Amino acid sequence: MKYVAPSSVEEAASLLSSSPSAQVFAGATDVVPQIRAGRPAPDVLVDLKKIKELVALNSDGDKWTVGAATPTAYLTEDDAFSHEFPGLAEAAGLIGSDQIQNRSSLGGNLCNASPAADSVPAMVVNGVRAVVAGPNGTRVLDVSEVVTGPGQTALDDDEFIVEFEIDKMPSRSGDAYLRMIPRTEMDIAVVGAGARVTLADDGSIEQAVLALGAVAPTVVRIPDAEQALVGSTADEETLNAVAAAASEACDPIDDKRGTVEYRKQVAGVLAKRAVVIAIERAEQRNGTN
Amino acid sequence: MAITEENPGYKWVGTRPIRPDGLEKVTGKARFGADLVLPGMLYGKVVRSPHAHARIVSIDTSAAESMEGVKAVITGADFPDLAANGAHPSDIDVANNAIARDKVLYEGHVVAAVAAITREQAEAAAKAVAVTYEVLPHVLTVDEAMADNAPLLHEAMITKGVDPAPEEPSNIASKILHERGDLDQGFGEADAVVEREFSTKPVHQGYIEPHAAVADANSDGRAHIWCSSQGHFQMRAYTATVLGVSPGTLKVTAAEIGGGFGGKTVIYLEPLAVRLSQRAGRPVKLVMDRDEVFRATGPTSGTRIKVKMGVSKDGKITAAEVWMAYEAGAYAGSPVGAAGMTAIACYDIPNFVVEGYDVVCNKPRVAAYRAPGAPMAAFAVESVLDELARNIEMDPIDIRLANAAVEGTQASYGPKFPRIGFVETLEAIKEHPNYTAELGPNQGRGVAAGFWFNAGMMSSATVHVNENGTATVVTGSPDIGGSRQSMALMAAEELGIPYESIKPVVADTETVGFNDVTGGSRVTLATGAAVVDACRLIVEDLRGRAAKTWDVEVDQVEWVDGQAQHVDGAQPPLSLNDLAAKSGRTGGPISANASLNSRGVGAGFSTQLCDVEVDPETGVTRVVRYLTAQDAGRAISPDYVEGQMQGGVVQGIGWALNEEYIHDTEGVMENPSFLDYRMPVASDLPMIDCAIVEVPNPAHPYGVRGVGEVGIVPPMAAVGNAIHDAVDVRMTELPMSPIKVLEALNENDG
Ligand SMILES: Cc1cc2nc3c(=O)[nH]c(=O)nc-3n(C[C@H](O)[C@H](O)[C@H](O)COP(=O)(O)OP(=O)(O)OC[C@H]3O[C@@H](n4cnc5c(N)ncnc54)[C@H](O)[C@@H]3O)c2cc1C
Repeated sequence: MKYVAPSSVEEAASLLSSSPSAQVFAGATDVVPQIRAGRPAPDVLVDLKKIKELVALNSDGDKWTVGAATPTAYLTEDDAFSHEFPGLAEAAGLIGSDQIQNRSSLGGNLCNASPAADSVPAMVVNGVRAVVAGPNGTRVLDVSEVVTGPGQTALDDDEFIVEFEIDKMPSRSGDAYLRMIPRTEMDIAVVGAGARVTLADDGSIEQAVLALGAVAPTVVRIPDAEQALVGSTADEETLNAVAAAASEACDPIDDKRGTVEYRKQVAGVLAKRAVVIAIERAEQRNGTN
Repeated sequence: MAITEENPGYKWVGTRPIRPDGLEKVTGKARFGADLVLPGMLYGKVVRSPHAHARIVSIDTSAAESMEGVKAVITGADFPDLAANGAHPSDIDVANNAIARDKVLYEGHVVAAVAAITREQAEAAAKAVAVTYEVLPHVLTVDEAMADNAPLLHEAMITKGVDPAPEEPSNIASKILHERGDLDQGFGEADAVVEREFSTKPVHQGYIEPHAAVADANSDGRAHIWCSSQGHFQMRAYTATVLGVSPGTLKVTAAEIGGGFGGKTVIYLEPLAVRLSQRAGRPVKLVMDRDEVFRATGPTSGTRIKVKMGVSKDGKITAAEVWMAYEAGAYAGSPVGAAGMTAIACYDIPNFVVEGYDVVCNKPRVAAYRAPGAPMAAFAVESVLDELARNIEMDPIDIRLANAAVEGTQASYGPKFPRIGFVETLEAIKEHPNYTAELGPNQGRGVAAGFWFNAGMMSSATVHVNENGTATVVTGSPDIGGSRQSMALMAAEELGIPYESIKPVVADTETVGFNDVTGGSRVTLATGAAVVDACRLIVEDLRGRAAKTWDVEVDQVEWVDGQAQHVDGAQPPLSLNDLAAKSGRTGGPISANASLNSRGVGAGFSTQLCDVEVDPETGVTRVVRYLTAQDAGRAISPDYVEGQMQGGVVQGIGWALNEEYIHDTEGVMENPSFLDYRMPVASDLPMIDCAIVEVPNPAHPYGVRGVGEVGIVPPMAAVGNAIHDAVDVRMTELPMSPIKVLEALNENDG
């Protein structure tokens, strides 16, 4: 196994297209444990962290760009970012522990393509876009389009994510992410639920996006719940409809970490709770911040 | 700290100095099992069975042997056939568990081992060992193992303890029975009766340091082993048995140990390392991965337990009927015996039957785990007692006080209790502010109690006085819970010199007299008594030397504050330093040995109070407040006593809420990692509040009882009782995971 650390996107792209079994990595918090556990190692491991734009967090006022290999600790420790996207920052802050977050990246969390990846539902509800580089330049994908199944992505073998783009959080909007784990940390989501809402002037919900993790092969949106919310004030009846729609949207598995029944029921509970938190946050975000 | 006795003015005993092993541990210098590297050392790797139950048809090692770097490959055929030699059945089991001969009995069972120059070469060679199995049907639980026509692990196993002996073999290794009084009469006198059935899963001790051993064999048949264990004398004995050699040919050095909790009182790697080293002619190191630790070491039993108890209106228990079956794993020897003895030992009950079964099944052989057997039985009994208290509307502490065993009570397992402190632990809970602290929404409070015998057994100690008046205290008890500090504190007290002037040492099997394992909470009691004995011999010797120096009778000399003093002050005192410096003129070096078989154990009791908050929509239980009161007899080192109390509780909370072995239908463990074997992490727990109760054990010079084990006995019931108090569901299966709690809540609603 060879280790290379290119210093530009172009160099990385050409390395990837020239070697048949090359794999990029950022924090390696998935890659190394997987190789240690017996997964075949690639011929070449391409370290993305020496490429400047891949480890960066910037806002131009209209949108944020997050380098794909940026340690998630950068997000949680950036006051402006975590104030604007508290749900996404919380999701990033749930990954592993402090030690893990000093290495783990959004790009790795997404492209590892675990159904339970914590940051992904939170990225999906925020409409995050991935800028993907390949031998023929770059293309832009919605984060929701990147993962196609457990361990599977829509990226070609010689493509990788350079950065994520996140449009500025509109006023009267808020996001939230909750996960269920039996412990309080160092665990894998049994259910994850992300929500983002935008409120109309009268306080009713103008827009809602809900996404669940760990309950299906990929992150799932909950269109029925989103529709139920729009125009409502999220009264109890609506929230129960949200919960029911969330349970319905699940396509989980029975495994050592949770049963189908449990995942469905708790998906409803977390979806409902995430909506309530997102609304509270939206109410506080009144356009001046 | 709840002090029930006047502290007799000790200077060192009961203080909280810096631990003697602290610096080396925090700086990373301490050498644990895997740290030793010897010149020319090879790395070994063990080959394990992928099947839960199979006959070994053949093992072809030729491919592995011809691989680059490989220096030795061994199988069961490289060890003496103990069964053919007529060895004791329990020794045969130890040998077959270390390396299978003709059958594998659990997934992870050792079938071969290799040694090579590098770790990678060893791993590749282990994969190249070709084993042909004939897979057999397996049984994973006591229910499956006890079923009619169940596949047998041991074709000749006849249940012991049944009269007349059964004619047919079964998976039931033995039956135990304790009876007193008349059950029918007892239940007839009851105003409330509760009967419940419980089940628990195997759980692992979860020590953070995996097993590791280095062996260096000589061509003269001798070998030196370095290993992480709870008792290097026991490792020597077992290893010698498996290798078929005299124990004296083996020298075992105890490495620093990163936790054991009972699980390191048995051998796994040691005989393999020695044999590989003999075959290769070079030292060999074997270290387990975490998944090997889970799949092939520990755990403690999964169980099924039924309890029926009755109480009169005034809270007196009139009768108790307990039935239990404990998984032994692959070989006889579950802790059901201790479970039967401890199940109702907290209480004075006139009528009872306690019946238990030791059942083999296709899982790793169970090993001791903190108060082996007692926690599961207590989960069942203390849950039922909680329910009875509710039925008659009695306070949970009061019902326990009404039945508590005291000095003179005939214990359910036979003897009369000497002085014990159960009542004092109950009172300590009742007096603590936690008992009346306000509870929030969805919060509940539970009480449970537990008993553990504590062990005595054999110990030796040597004390050397150095030429400057400092002392070295040598024992052969590996320090897994702070015993070096306790030895040093007792020696300081006896010799009258500062704690810092004493170096406590754990020596190898050739440097100090025999010591039984560090287990049964026995070291501060028994090895501590040996240290005290040795120190008292030293003091006698010193008084004699002072008498000689002053030319007076020895009864004119007292030993006070580390000095020989003339009773009338007729001579200027002689310090230990003075006497040590002149030892050459007063009889030579000053040292003493003491060896003993413990003069009497002191039973341990713990009562615990747990507050939980249950999320009624997700079933998640969080422990929000926890108090443990335990009778330490005398807390020689209060820091370590609290550490033991808290550690037991924390392991118990893990057992209560999330820990379990999960096997697939083929008998393969599905969660052999700390990710999916969910031990609690620090953020899962509140600070565990401790109330140390001190009711001295009359059989120890300072009143010590063991403290290492009883703390893990009550937590499962305390948590379960608190969950019941919070959300009105009675949990009868461990772990009380969010899934199970939510299921129970759904049933309540439905
Ligand atoms: C102890 C521990 C706890 C953990 N806890 C959590 C948790 O709570 N929640 C959670 O979601 N995860 C958890 N994880 C998993 C892991 O930390 C996260 O998935 C993390 O975000 C991965 O990021 P990374 O940069 O380390 O990925 P890497 O290991 O570097 O890469 C992961 C995968 O993504 C690919 N990849 C990386 N970067 C790119 C890119 N820019 N473009 C294309 N492909 C790329 C790699 O080829 C690889 O396949 C935990 C891991 C550990 C070891």
